[in-house]
Amino acid sequence: MDETILQISHLSKLFGKNVVLRDIDFTVKKGDVTSIIGSSGSGKSTLLRCINLLEQPTSGHILYHGKDISSKGFNIPAYRAKVGMVFQSFNLFSNHTVLDNCMIGQRKVLKKDRITAEKTAKYYLEKVGMLPYINAKPRQISGGQKQRVAIARALAMEPEILLFDEPTSALDPQMVGEVLDVMKTLVKEGLTMIVVTHEMAFARDVSSRAVFMKDGIICEEGTPEQIFVNPSKQDTKEFLSRFFDR
Amino acid sequence: MNKMAQLGSDIVKLWGDYGNAYLSGIWSTISLAVICTAVGCIIGLLCGILQTIPCAKTDNIIKRFFLGLLRVIIRIYVEVFRGTPMILQAVFIYFALPYFSDNTLRFDSVWLAAFTVVSINTGAYMAESVRGGILSIDVGQTEGAKAIGMTHFKTMLYVILPQALRNIMPQIGNNLIINIKDTSVLFIIGYTEFFAVHKAAVGATFKYFPSATIEMAGYLILTIVCSVILRYIERRMDGTDSYSLVQADQLTLAAGTYTYPAKTGGRDYEAIKNAEQLEAGKRAGIRDVGNLNLDKNERGR
Repeated sequence: MDETILQISHLSKLFGKNVVLRDIDFTVKKGDVTSIIGSSGSGKSTLLRCINLLEQPTSGHILYHGKDISSKGFNIPAYRAKVGMVFQSFNLFSNHTVLDNCMIGQRKVLKKDRITAEKTAKYYLEKVGMLPYINAKPRQISGGQKQRVAIARALAMEPEILLFDEPTSALDPQMVGEVLDVMKTLVKEGLTMIVVTHEMAFARDVSSRAVFMKDGIICEEGTPEQIFVNPSKQDTKEFLSRFFDR
Repeated sequence: MNKMAQLGSDIVKLWGDYGNAYLSGIWSTISLAVICTAVGCIIGLLCGILQTIPCAKTDNIIKRFFLGLLRVIIRIYVEVFRGTPMILQAVFIYFALPYFSDNTLRFDSVWLAAFTVVSINTGAYMAESVRGGILSIDVGQTEGAKAIGMTHFKTMLYVILPQALRNIMPQIGNNLIINIKDTSVLFIIGYTEFFAVHKAAVGATFKYFPSATIEMAGYLILTIVCSVILRYIERRMDGTDSYSLVQADQLTLAAGTYTYPAKTGGRDYEAIKNAEQLEAGKRAGIRDVGNLNLDKNERGR
């Protein structure tokens, strides 16, 4: 359980002169479920996008099994195939059916044959409860269903670590429930995950570690008990009071 | 009425003498237009892929230089061939070879020259259409594709371009119809298409108006048939608005032998499945779980 997958050191990101992330240090071990919380604009999503290199970090290092992902000759597509991502806006391929969405990465990136890919895709679609819909196009299913397909698509690549970028923020309460249920199953199975979320109850009950971000820095991090029950920093207390004192 | 009768008899007479010529002219026109539009689309798609290769500031200098150069070349190509009349381009390209090679090199056939000119011209327009088509696809899908490890080329080929192509179908139709009409300027290099037949026919008979009437009707029929076919293709690309639920068979799925009906030829099998589901649903008192037909209004595109 102690194997380090990702080690982030002194990571900074600037958009022009705007500092979004400053000097982030952060380690992810195998089996960790890390929740990143914080108000909008605190740099949570940018941190995730830097990990997947959808944004180029301005400075600092991200080590994946000890290898610097921004070094020359590092195979970025292969790395991304190992580090799955689930987006707030689902980002399914609208020209493909649900099944094809889950197969295309396996076929074209992992070069699996059709039968193996289809079996894997159906296995994960079954897991998220979307197997009956394999013939549907993304435009024909609801938001919660889309997000579950998106999770299946990421899982079908059999990633080492899965990044969730506010997976439930675009959904109504019922759909939030169905997506969170799927994520809870994944936690039970021991998948390594980093979850950027505004679902405080989920973060508190499910994660093994919580990180509170504010203004581009990691303000406080620790076990869910430390962060949610006994936060030591004033900023953390203020932020959480809005969620739990309602 | 007298004049109309005369027009009728003139047309019949002209058609009797030149019918075959008109028909072969129509064939030359439509074949050139279709082939060149297709080739132009391919040129446009290539330009689209090349133009959108991402270029980060952190990339090394050589890659950035070549990408920059590529974009400049495409830009110049588009501006030159979009910004000059095709009639001039035809002359320019047709006579360029013999001029520079002192008449040792020339186009073997007028068809080849015509093909080159129209394809390159269409490609310039299509390059911009394709760029627009790519921009019309939500950037999230590109990120989704990148996040599962697809390269730029794969992302374009399997995710973005099929959708972009659907979105620019009306543009492709425009280009085809423009090509059907505008290939008439190729008489300048001696390519005999539909309009050139008119010139030949009136040169001998002086029946300007009757021949022009034939031409008008001919071009109109060509373009209308083309737009009907294109609309049909668009509808086919959109696919069906409904889908069928597939009932999972846990045991066979676990055994890994269960295959779902293929897209073609599997309809009966699916129909049976659906009927079974319906029946089961009714028995259990659950509402219809068969075909889910989505209302046109409900479709979010």
